[in-house]
Amino acid sequence: MPRFYTEEHEWVEVDGEIATVGITDFAQGQLGDIVFVEVPDTGVELTKGGDAAVVESVKAASDIYAPVDGTVTEGNSALEEDPALANSDPEGEGWFFRMTLSDKAQLDGLMDSKGYKAYCDAL
Amino acid sequence: MRYLPLTADDRAAMLAAVGASTIDDLFVDVPAEARLTGPIAGLPLQASELAVERHMAALARQNRAAGDGPFFLGAGAYRHHVPASVDHLIQRGEFLTAYTPYQPEIAQGTLQMLFEFQTQVARLFGTDVANASMYDGSTACWEAIVMARRVTKRTTALISNGLHPHYRSVARTMAKYTRDTLIESDPALEPGTDWAALAAAVTKETSCVVVQYPDILGRIDDMAALAEACQAAGALLIAVVTEPVALGLIKSPGEMGADIVVGEGQALGVGLQFGGPYVGLFACKSKYVRQMPGRLCGETVDAKGKRGYVLTLSTREQHIRREKATSNICTNAGLCALAFSIHMTLLGEAGLRQLAAINHSRAKAAATELAKVPGVSVMNDSYFNEFTLLLPAEARPVVHALAEKGVLGGVSLGRLYPDNAGLANGLVVAVTETVTEEDIAAFAAALKEVLA
Repeated sequence: MPRFYTEEHEWVEVDGEIATVGITDFAQGQLGDIVFVEVPDTGVELTKGGDAAVVESVKAASDIYAPVDGTVTEGNSALEEDPALANSDPEGEGWFFRMTLSDKAQLDGLMDSKGYKAYCDAL
Repeated sequence: MRYLPLTADDRAAMLAAVGASTIDDLFVDVPAEARLTGPIAGLPLQASELAVERHMAALARQNRAAGDGPFFLGAGAYRHHVPASVDHLIQRGEFLTAYTPYQPEIAQGTLQMLFEFQTQVARLFGTDVANASMYDGSTACWEAIVMARRVTKRTTALISNGLHPHYRSVARTMAKYTRDTLIESDPALEPGTDWAALAAAVTKETSCVVVQYPDILGRIDDMAALAEACQAAGALLIAVVTEPVALGLIKSPGEMGADIVVGEGQALGVGLQFGGPYVGLFACKSKYVRQMPGRLCGETVDAKGKRGYVLTLSTREQHIRREKATSNICTNAGLCALAFSIHMTLLGEAGLRQLAAINHSRAKAAATELAKVPGVSVMNDSYFNEFTLLLPAEARPVVHALAEKGVLGGVSLGRLYPDNAGLANGLVVAVTETVTEEDIAAFAAALKEVLA
């Protein structure tokens, strides 16, 4: 399944009509110990670049933006009980939410894994 | 820091830098009719300190202080006896001059005090958690309404007609800017609350229902059924307590299922002091704690396993979350919270229950005596230390006539609801432990004379 990356250090994995969104390993490393994740409710309309979720670590509170337009189909309730999943398995079990894709063309503006690695290396 | 006044040259250089020729140029935006053109009439240009003190003392003597005679005013601010040790202890420099601790962990004493305060408020209100205080009861009430909006994502609040009109007014002012809808009305002079009607009116659009307990007319009711109705509709029940001493005798809102309990802490430890500064109390169920405004202290252990205190969940606050904070309240009423906490500690649970019992029995004695005055009746079928009298005439002039006789005989509903003629004969009377039998007799006698 294709995986895309944003400059805000989020990943998007597309499976058919549904995209799964989370933060990257680089992002969790920067944040430090994550103590709380607020995921969006099912049915919420998201706009590319708009607020989608909140992640709080012992160091900071950060907003997570929607990488593309769409509607939330599911938030990861496992993060409520165990926010540290976002540290231990950010690009797997620690996903934040799933959403529909209103416009698949928006994915073209995102990076692939190789592009994202180069982007991080340059930071 | 040395104080160095400016020279005329300094001022000229500063004016040149901003492109103004005179200081008055800086005030051109102020309309001419609003500008002062000479000395203030009746105010000398200077006076000695001694003369000012004498003048102010003479002005102060024109006031009638709460302690000057029979005193029955309440309606959200209560005269209780504050032990002398409270004022003595809060004047310690570490407490008196401390500002909000922005390097909190080095202020362990302040944090421990706030932690104890939170514990007392949570236990008093019957809730899981309380914050380290708000400005006052009315702003705490407003913060609860917006917190309910954040939790439920709905914008319509149902306000009980028993909520203090000043609290309603603060909520109205704020709602203007947040576009919340408040459904509100004045009370009727009836012994029953509107809580059953509110329970029936709750819908899936309702963010919260706000009730006062005891309410502005002194009425007390059970909110369990209302709490259930709110829960069933996904709305929050907010209870407002303006007289926390009452909870020494009646069931706490938290026990009856209120989601958020807020109030005014002035009655404990804080004097009437001209209406402020007071101390807002704010408490809720733990599941809503991340949406709670204000500071929160937590107890933890340090690297050596020793007990220590921290500010916790600070990411809710504006110094971290900026415009996305739960509230723009970052400050708390620390000194008044300390006074509250010391008074509560001196009382203890048994002492608070005893104090509440004394308040209620004095109020009963007063109600019995006042109801003997021809044409006067007590409206309430339940009350704690405050009840509403129905007079055979408008209460407002009666209050003034009583004051002429040296009795401060309560708060007229005409003052609280100036636009509601139907309430004009109502008089809200508060009776605390500071009221003696002689005070009650003097009030009853004066009322009889005034109404005759």
